[in-house]
Amino acid sequence: MIDIQLLEQELDIRACVDFVSAPEAGGINVFIGTVRNQTQGRAVIRLEFEAYAPMAVSEMRKIAATALGRWPVQRIAVHHRVGSLGIGEVPVVIAVGSAHRQAAFEACQYVIDTLKQTVPIWKKEIFEGGEVWVAAHP
Amino acid sequence: MKINVLAFGIAREILGGPQRQITLPEGATVADLRRLLETEAPGLKRLRSWAVAVNSEYAENALALQPGDEIAVIPPVSGG
Repeated sequence: MIDIQLLEQELDIRACVDFVSAPEAGGINVFIGTVRNQTQGRAVIRLEFEAYAPMAVSEMRKIAATALGRWPVQRIAVHHRVGSLGIGEVPVVIAVGSAHRQAAFEACQYVIDTLKQTVPIWKKEIFEGGEVWVAAHP
Repeated sequence: MKINVLAFGIAREILGGPQRQITLPEGATVADLRRLLETEAPGLKRLRSWAVAVNSEYAENALALQPGDEIAVIPPVSGG
């Protein structure tokens, strides 16, 4: 089972954990992405996330479906936030429920790594006196 | 055919807005669209890379565009 959400409000970590909780699960692996206070020594004020919403949702669903097919995991929740986020706020939560922990760790890492490569979501770092679209230029 | 192109992230800034209407000959492909956009907006060439999505799927260069397709310029993604 898969739960994909793209949200403008604060993410509910508990909702992700609840979605992947099941009697047959022996472990739940959760990745929580947070906004870091600096990039290469430069102080970050906030991050602004935007998405191509319908495609972002369909790409996240594809990644979760691939993970379900590749590892013996039963449930995956992927919630991603858009909008303006301050330091310490949570742009992404991934939860994977599995009978055994090894598969949950591996599937969770696959989902976050692939999300960063393929899902059409962009973040702009806002610094004191400047801003940069992350990863845009070589 | 007239085609409406959506642009996101830094591509929105390079193209000067969230949508841009362009005209391509019937049967034009994604490769034709890329050439036209890079001519009209050379800033695209300075990106690490950029992709085209047609109807919310990443599209290969050879794909022929149809009137009414939803087309988007996808600059390097940075979610998570």
